[in-house]
Amino acid sequence: MRETLTRLRYRLVPDHVLGEILAKNWIDNAIPFVILLLTLSIFGALIPGLVTLGGLGGMSAQFGELLLVVLAMTIVMLGGGIDLSVGSVFALSNFVTLALFNMLGWPIPLAILAALACGAAVGLVNGFLVGYLRLRAFLTTLVTLIIVRAVVDMLILAYAVKVARPSTRSAIWDFISFDRVFGMPVSLIFALLLAFAGHIFLTRLRPGWYILAVGGSRRSAYNAGLPVRRTVAMTYVVSGMLAAAAGVFYASRLNAAGSDTGVGMEVLALTAAVVGGNSLGGGRGSVFKALLGTVIVLIVSNSLIRLSLPTGGSSLVLGLVLLAAVAIDVKWLKNRAKVLSRVYVSPTYMKLGRSPDTAEHSGSPYAVNDRLKNVELIGLGEIDGPEDPILDAQGNLYSGTRQGDIVRFLAPDYTRKEVFVHTGGHPLGMAFDRDGNLVTCVAGMGVYRIGPDRKAVKLSDQTNRSWFSVIDDSRMRLADDLDIAPDGRIFFSEATIRFDMSEWMVDALEARGNGRIICFDPRNGSTRTVISNLRFPNGICMARDGQSFFFAETWGCSISRYWFDGPKRGKREVVIPDLPGYPDNINRASDGGYWLALVGMRTPAFDMALRKPGFRKRMVERIAPDEWLFPNMNYGCVVKFDESGRITDCLWDRSGANHPMITSMREDRGWLYLGGVSNNRIGRYRIPGADPEWTAAASYRGEKP
Amino acid sequence: MSPSFRPAFAFTQEQIVVAITLALLVLFSVTLDSFLTAGNILALIQNVSILGILGVAMALAIIGRGIDLSIVANMAVSVAWVLQLSNNGVPIEIAIVMGLGLALAIGLVNGFLVAYVEIPAIFATLAMGTVAYGFVRSLLLEDNLIYLKGAADTWFKWIGSGQVVGIPNSVLLFGLVAVVAHVVLRITVPGRFIYAMGDNPTAARSTGIPIRPLIVLQYVTAAAIAFVAGVIAATSVDSVETRIVRSNLVYDVILVVVIGGVGLSGGKGSIRNVIVGTLLIGVLVNGMTIMNVAYTLQNIIKSLILLTAIVIDSLMNPRDEQTSQQGDI
Repeated sequence: MRETLTRLRYRLVPDHVLGEILAKNWIDNAIPFVILLLTLSIFGALIPGLVTLGGLGGMSAQFGELLLVVLAMTIVMLGGGIDLSVGSVFALSNFVTLALFNMLGWPIPLAILAALACGAAVGLVNGFLVGYLRLRAFLTTLVTLIIVRAVVDMLILAYAVKVARPSTRSAIWDFISFDRVFGMPVSLIFALLLAFAGHIFLTRLRPGWYILAVGGSRRSAYNAGLPVRRTVAMTYVVSGMLAAAAGVFYASRLNAAGSDTGVGMEVLALTAAVVGGNSLGGGRGSVFKALLGTVIVLIVSNSLIRLSLPTGGSSLVLGLVLLAAVAIDVKWLKNRAKVLSRVYVSPTYMKLGRSPDTAEHSGSPYAVNDRLKNVELIGLGEIDGPEDPILDAQGNLYSGTRQGDIVRFLAPDYTRKEVFVHTGGHPLGMAFDRDGNLVTCVAGMGVYRIGPDRKAVKLSDQTNRSWFSVIDDSRMRLADDLDIAPDGRIFFSEATIRFDMSEWMVDALEARGNGRIICFDPRNGSTRTVISNLRFPNGICMARDGQSFFFAETWGCSISRYWFDGPKRGKREVVIPDLPGYPDNINRASDGGYWLALVGMRTPAFDMALRKPGFRKRMVERIAPDEWLFPNMNYGCVVKFDESGRITDCLWDRSGANHPMITSMREDRGWLYLGGVSNNRIGRYRIPGADPEWTAAASYRGEKP
Repeated sequence: MSPSFRPAFAFTQEQIVVAITLALLVLFSVTLDSFLTAGNILALIQNVSILGILGVAMALAIIGRGIDLSIVANMAVSVAWVLQLSNNGVPIEIAIVMGLGLALAIGLVNGFLVAYVEIPAIFATLAMGTVAYGFVRSLLLEDNLIYLKGAADTWFKWIGSGQVVGIPNSVLLFGLVAVVAHVVLRITVPGRFIYAMGDNPTAARSTGIPIRPLIVLQYVTAAAIAFVAGVIAATSVDSVETRIVRSNLVYDVILVVVIGGVGLSGGKGSIRNVIVGTLLIGVLVNGMTIMNVAYTLQNIIKSLILLTAIVIDSLMNPRDEQTSQQGDI
């Protein structure tokens, strides 16, 4: 009864979604978004009419200007610095525009250009000091803030009245000042367009990537050969120009230069940038975050003015907002990975059938023997991780390695070894196609075809994305084993979409159907998922009818058969429901049966743990990964079954000395070749009475059984 | 650069600053009529003693690889509250205890934010300055400018305006604070630990120094010293102007500390550097004031000097791509 409830609870509640959502990059935007909703609801309740078009529209003129300044702050922060001089540059640009246009009568485009040049010049000074002389950004820009502010104050003292009196009119100036496009002020339109361009720049263009790289890790960027100093300096120049642009719009809007212009703007911009989720210290942030932060700060500061708090009240609130934002930012950055690792693994309920007896002399088809004790060893200590060895027509032996190579042992004695090809990922399952090309599943990369000329061609690395998967499951994470249908279609298994090769065993703790079988069709180059929600689908082997294949589900401890053609097309049948161990690769045998590798043996403890998801969850949360209860992976066993699922043979390495954890075996010319994903050798076992002429290729061609 | 490898003819930053100070002193004495009068020199030292005491507080934070941008706000609001309380009839002793408590509480929050929440000191203290000002001004004070009325005739007034054997109390107190801070930093265990922490926080932590409580102690102490400075300032001019929070005073304090030769990367320098820096700025500002240099121009000159000081600091203690810390801005 209780177990039924547990089963239902774990079937109905998709626990794994939480971890998958937390792993998403956009989750960083969730916090500022929640803050935005909070501010809107709090101040919307306090101030009637705030959350209306009129209420929000009243801020839109300031919005464009503030957004530009926040973008200025953000780009510098992304590069790992900070620019406190934005407020002063804003004021300087405001003054310069007005002075040149009103007082000296320059044409407006020239006046604007001159103002932008002033901003760029201040930025260049900042950039030179911080980028090239390696000064501290905070103090340096603080000093330029004070100097520029003092200069502006002196200028205003002398010319404030003259500056505010327009001497000429200009159509462009009037357009910038008063016109509205789509109901928005020109400054806002300009700022939004610039924000979009900035987004493209930061996410799609090389200089933008440099900025993020330098901010993310200055040292690594330097060691990677990026122009660190120039990149940092450029961020300040851009920042100066953006702040100056904001100043030009301010000038057009108010047409006045006062000593309080832009005072405290740097704190406002900093608050906006940080509240939006841009990291202090750089490397993490985006234009969208700047936009979110600007909206929040604008609403808060405008609401504070409207609430007419006592003197100091708005300081208090803004300071608290800044503190809270930074605190959340710091803690989130520090603990996100920790939270994720606790939450990500989400076990489910699974009940396996009774495990068959394996005791010696028990009469069970799985009874333990020691027939693999004295196998010949090939390449001992020379290879690492031959998951699925295979032989070509000449009898040469191929095998993937953990280092990302496919190595070839040359027939007939297999003592000479060469690197056949370097793939870059760990090649797992392999098969030869009709033309003698080697097709292999490379973990983390996809399916590749390697010709006899050693040229590697990518066949497939993405499939159709499923509608309701939070994880982007179009990419292949752990392609595992494959086989080729008579018509050339390649069926391959992806063991899990939730874990990488390095942590494949953690998938066992979940016991959820995280894997799938995918079909690549070379005739039109398409890739489609055929069966999904499988419990670590692993070995795949074509049946001799040419219309179906057998596949193993490792954590399901079962072998199933799937018809992809013929009258039973689309049907799926379990052939062997309960194995005593965890099945891995399946390959053909010379007597018409199929070899199956058992990579490890079931234990009563782990079988019981599978029925107690809460226990596994607590285990994952509370103790170190080294102490976790994993399935037993230390036995070496190969069994043979016929098409009906009856076990006809069984080979054991009882001591586990030579071949613990056998992941695959191949029969070829009377020998059985044994591989293991964490072994440092390939084994060779003489099969008594086997056909010495039989090869898998001949079997596929139908010449042999 | 370790002292043993320094060429014999090279000068330390401290020596250069002393030399410049003396040169300015001579220059001003010769060129400015009213400079070398007893009254002016007294005013000079009195003016800079506040700056110097705040400099000691700032130096404490910087030596421990922090910075405290909230000391000016802290001193202004806590002492303003003391005056407000005493004006409202609270005995001055109790008012002082309450004001000191407020200052220490602000320091405690600073320390907590830096040590436990791990917010960079520069932001934590910047924001705390704003919060402290906003909190006290909006909830505890009645005006921006608070006059010393309630305790005008008590010993409290004597703190900032009295003198002992002809020397103003503010100067004596600056000396006292400096000596005590120097002794604490050089001789006591927490003082040595602050140097160790500023030099290399990770190593200090690995050797078992309780970094976090030490950081809290550092900011609380800085707050206490700032309170002392605030009391002296308030009693010497009979009022507290809380809008000083928005002035550039805190940058002057950094200027004093950095220019004297206290390295911004922590672990370097001593209280002596602060005194040297204070004297230079005092002479400079005084001279400029007599010369009737506009306030804004004074700001520019001081800022340029500060900039020069940090450029020199950065050249003497170079940070390059291999040694810079992530998030060290």
